[in-house]
Amino acid sequence: MGLGGFLGSVWQVELVRMVVLAAVVFTFLAVGGPLFLVLAERKISAWIQARVGPKHVGPHGLLQTVADTLKLLYKENIVPHRADVVLFSVAPVLVAVAALLDWVVIPFAPGWVVRDLNVGILYFAAVSSLTVIGIVTGGWASNNKYSLLGGLRSAAQMVSYELPLAFSLLLVATVTGTLSTVRIVEAQPYPAYLYPSVGVAAVVFLVAATAETNRIPFDLPEAEAELVAGYFSEYTPMRFALFQLGEYGSLLASSALFTTLFLGGWKGPFSLPWLGPVGNGLVWFLLKTYAVVFFLMWVRWTYPRFRIDQLLGLSWKVLLPVSMVNLLVAGGLVVIVR
Amino acid sequence: MNAEALAFYALAAMVLVGGALVVYSRNLVHAAVSLVPTLLGVAGLYVLLHAEFVTAIQILIYVGAITVLILFVILLTEGATGLRVRQRNEQVPLALGVCGALVVLLWVVLLRVPWGPAAGPLPPYNPGAVGRSFLMPYVLAFEVTSLVILASLVGAIVIARREE
Amino acid sequence: MPLDWAYVAVFALVGAGMAALPLGLVWLLAPRSQYPQKRIAYESGIIPFGEAWSQFHVRYYLFGLAFLLFDIEVIYIYPWAVVLRELGGFAFVEMLIFLGVLGVGLAYAWKKGALEWA
Repeated sequence: MGLGGFLGSVWQVELVRMVVLAAVVFTFLAVGGPLFLVLAERKISAWIQARVGPKHVGPHGLLQTVADTLKLLYKENIVPHRADVVLFSVAPVLVAVAALLDWVVIPFAPGWVVRDLNVGILYFAAVSSLTVIGIVTGGWASNNKYSLLGGLRSAAQMVSYELPLAFSLLLVATVTGTLSTVRIVEAQPYPAYLYPSVGVAAVVFLVAATAETNRIPFDLPEAEAELVAGYFSEYTPMRFALFQLGEYGSLLASSALFTTLFLGGWKGPFSLPWLGPVGNGLVWFLLKTYAVVFFLMWVRWTYPRFRIDQLLGLSWKVLLPVSMVNLLVAGGLVVIVR
Repeated sequence: MNAEALAFYALAAMVLVGGALVVYSRNLVHAAVSLVPTLLGVAGLYVLLHAEFVTAIQILIYVGAITVLILFVILLTEGATGLRVRQRNEQVPLALGVCGALVVLLWVVLLRVPWGPAAGPLPPYNPGAVGRSFLMPYVLAFEVTSLVILASLVGAIVIARREE
Repeated sequence: MPLDWAYVAVFALVGAGMAALPLGLVWLLAPRSQYPQKRIAYESGIIPFGEAWSQFHVRYYLFGLAFLLFDIEVIYIYPWAVVLRELGGFAFVEMLIFLGVLGVGLAYAWKKGALEWA
């Protein structure tokens, strides 16, 4: 039973359907998401810093990011001297695609998931790891010491935090006995005796996700004061925008995954009767995801930045051992209570 | 031709072209980055074998970790400038001979083996099946693997520390 | 099941296309006035000196390697997590040993300073 046997002569039709679905999904969430998030970030940071943020373009500044993006289209595209042109352009595309591919396994509402892969969360981890190559390549391709250094540091950081992140995912997998995101949502809420373990895993996840998306307090690779803009330095308009898209897209995807794994996904305590199961699911899912995003943004504008050695030390010496022990504790509990 | 065949040829092309780029690129970084399409193509081939667990692992480890490590290594050594290195030495004729012999051998094997269709349905390669297999019958191999990983870690640290 | 991954492939291609689209638009729309000064690598305003690609420290490599090895360990935990409920205590002890050995590795790396950055 392969593609051929399953679809016979109509695979072309299925292909068209897939392309259309991809285009629709990406347009709505990957573009609408990060575009909206950039604005949200500016508004939230403004609110935390006792100022107002963008408010002129569109009602309450809602069209600000749209305007900014359109402006970027007209900016001159500079490729630095002796930079590697091919890789220079490919790198941001790779980072953006890695962020977009995350969404294939996120369940937005009952029955609303692009594909419920059997290896759901493993797939998510795998695709997230693709970003690292894009960043290293982008840093190198710019032919600029700061970019390269920024790229390497970012890679070291992301790679170090992928492990605690993986352990958090594994804990959820152990508790639910499945890697499928849909089945994980269905398995929630978790039994009470597991709350401490799951709680620890949730905290580790948030810390690791912040580090993975290069956000403060872990944004050393982009640190403006130290490395200019790190691996971004040489990237003018659109390519820069693509890297940003990748970052905010990852942020949103991580928040969505957190919601799916730890907050119950699209499940909600009550439903509004006129919306139906899908509508309700969607509303709860979005509310929770954006709550997580808001929390992460709040953290960003509150904490100072970690040094690189503190950052890596935190991951390897604290999060990793804690996660390993936590996993064994949860595994033990699962076996005992079975 | 049906979708599966088309997918196979496309993936095989991706692997072969990627592989050729890895071997023939004169810029080392280009070569390393070309590993990405090659390994992704291999991951795709695993999908066609219904081995989705291995597919995800291939992407996670090979593309996400090993390629990154290779890039680090290249950037750590002089090759970071993308030196165009052309190797010329006296061993080229010998190498050609060995490669030629290998080609002949493979060709003979390909022609002689009676390739039939698969003997039956593909065994399940999902995480559950894999887990059951290395936790029950193959448990020793599993535990030994942890020792192998430990040895690699210790070995690498010892060697790297000596550099400092 | 391959169909699932076909979706992934299509999504990857469409995603790449959609990401490349703005690049194409910029190439069409943006002004071009290249002169040499603009293309010099940015180093806070001074003329850059030295090769961009100087040698870097082995610590990057060590982190990458440690990551790779632990990632391989993590690979084994995924199937274990899925079948733990079904196989029970025996599987748990097996994983305890496995993680124990690797924990020793982590401790060793820590002690030998392989996890230090500076």
